[in-house]
Amino acid sequence: MKPVDHSVTLHNVVKRYGQHEVLRGVSLSIPANTVTCVVGPSGSGKSTLLRTINRLTPIDAGTVRVGDQIIGYEQRDGRYHELSDRQLCRQRRRIGMVFQDFNLFPHLTAVQNVGEGPRRALRLDAATARNRALELLRRVGLTDKADSYPGQLSGGQQQRVAIARALAMRPELILFDEPTSALDPELVAEVLAVMRQLAAEASTTMVVVTHEIGFAREVADAVVFMDDGRIEAVGTPAEVLHPDASPRIAAFLSGNLK
Amino acid sequence: MTTSLRTDAPTEPVFVARRHPGRWVGVCVIVAIGSALGYSLATNPRFQWGVVFGYLFDPQIIAGLGTTGALTAIAMVLGIVLGVVLATMRVSGSRILRAASGLYLWFFRGTPVLVQLIFWYNLGYLYPDLRIGLPFGSALWTGQTNDVITPLTAAILGLGLNEGAYLAEIVRAGLISVPDGQREAAASIGLTRLQAFRRIILPQAMRVIVPPTGNETIGMLKTTSMVSVIALADLLYSAQQIYARTFETIPLLICVSLWYLLLTSVLSVGQGWIERHYARGVRGATGYRRRRTPFAALTGTGRRAGVRP
Repeated sequence: MKPVDHSVTLHNVVKRYGQHEVLRGVSLSIPANTVTCVVGPSGSGKSTLLRTINRLTPIDAGTVRVGDQIIGYEQRDGRYHELSDRQLCRQRRRIGMVFQDFNLFPHLTAVQNVGEGPRRALRLDAATARNRALELLRRVGLTDKADSYPGQLSGGQQQRVAIARALAMRPELILFDEPTSALDPELVAEVLAVMRQLAAEASTTMVVVTHEIGFAREVADAVVFMDDGRIEAVGTPAEVLHPDASPRIAAFLSGNLK
Repeated sequence: MTTSLRTDAPTEPVFVARRHPGRWVGVCVIVAIGSALGYSLATNPRFQWGVVFGYLFDPQIIAGLGTTGALTAIAMVLGIVLGVVLATMRVSGSRILRAASGLYLWFFRGTPVLVQLIFWYNLGYLYPDLRIGLPFGSALWTGQTNDVITPLTAAILGLGLNEGAYLAEIVRAGLISVPDGQREAAASIGLTRLQAFRRIILPQAMRVIVPPTGNETIGMLKTTSMVSVIALADLLYSAQQIYARTFETIPLLICVSLWYLLLTSVLSVGQGWIERHYARGVRGATGYRRRRTPFAALTGTGRRAGVRP
């Protein structure tokens, strides 16, 4: 049951909304324990790509694998059978996610937000779940905010609680969907600091959709540049985040593409 | 912001709150009307307060009160269960389930509840016999409709099925008031859809669901008085039976009105408790309310004008 490998492999992933093809056959391989940043202009499909990995967005064609498991399907008698809700939840427990708008549960305190997954999905007892949640809040520097409701926290603090909530499931893989885009400029640094620290520990795979080019340069092992539903370039930050890589990338880096 | 403060200012400025002469005029009018009303209530012998309070604990009235209370409770429980089922159908991915729910709402909201009550009471006219079994198969159970449809069951069906249609819309409003991000966040930490519904969606939806449901419950308490048309001895019908005999119409109607007022007051208090429970984590509304003196409304903020730094 315990998978050793937690790499991500996408093969020919297609997503359509009506006539519009958001992902046009994307293939990508992300090694385990690495940090991959996905960048590109808005509407390029980068958030959709991220959301296919834990099947918040079901895909129309192709396969998504995390480790040796195909996400959302099970192979039996030569066919792919769509998983039940319960089985899909079991897969999602291995995959953490941090959202642009935090999506904290407003009726629960910080420590309850973080402990909810361990308590309900992993069925830990209340004291163990709470201790795990407190430990994670300490890691993101919010011990004193444990009993605050999300509405009483700043955006940066909320996002750090959200990161702790994702970590509480001890995931092998964490997806970050533009984690700093909804923050006031002066709050971005505290969230990036937590993510940087996480990346340095190197025990999880991180996939980060971001507009923070500086962060990508500094932290990423690989950078994926997306444009119009396709991957334009993959490589090290130095290779991809360089004006010579392609005219589109040059335009993006100079700020002419948003 | 404080850059313009002069350090050599000799005294701190005094602020005086705005006066509200219009409010005082309003208070005078209300006091005048109130005292006139109170005086007439106390001195007009035709109110027959002795008769009113004499019947307050009359066994027939108390029995009617019990019927009204029980009928309200049963009809609301039936309505809430139906409402949740219908609302879930209405937001489901299946077009047929959505259409079926819509059809139900169209019918039960589109016809008067009085008609529905009489209809259920006279079900035996359409179907003299009832049988339970598979279509075209042999019956597992058969019986006379008039044995099953008593005034009580007709009232429960009429009120409960009608209420379900209204509550379906209230529950649906609650469900769609919770942002999609909450479902996604719940899914991302591995909660099943049922767990997400119970732990994350419903507690937030309840903030929207509770106030109109409280309204519906109070409405239901009084709508039950319609069952007098099918001769069910609720609070109002019991009073009607008494005054048909004694001709003390007004005092008996006052008597039952006092009971209705008491019950609705109890329900309002209960609604307030439930609302405060679901206001966790929400600023404003009922959550962080401060206690105010009765005169706070007159004087403005409740805090007298004072020195502001």
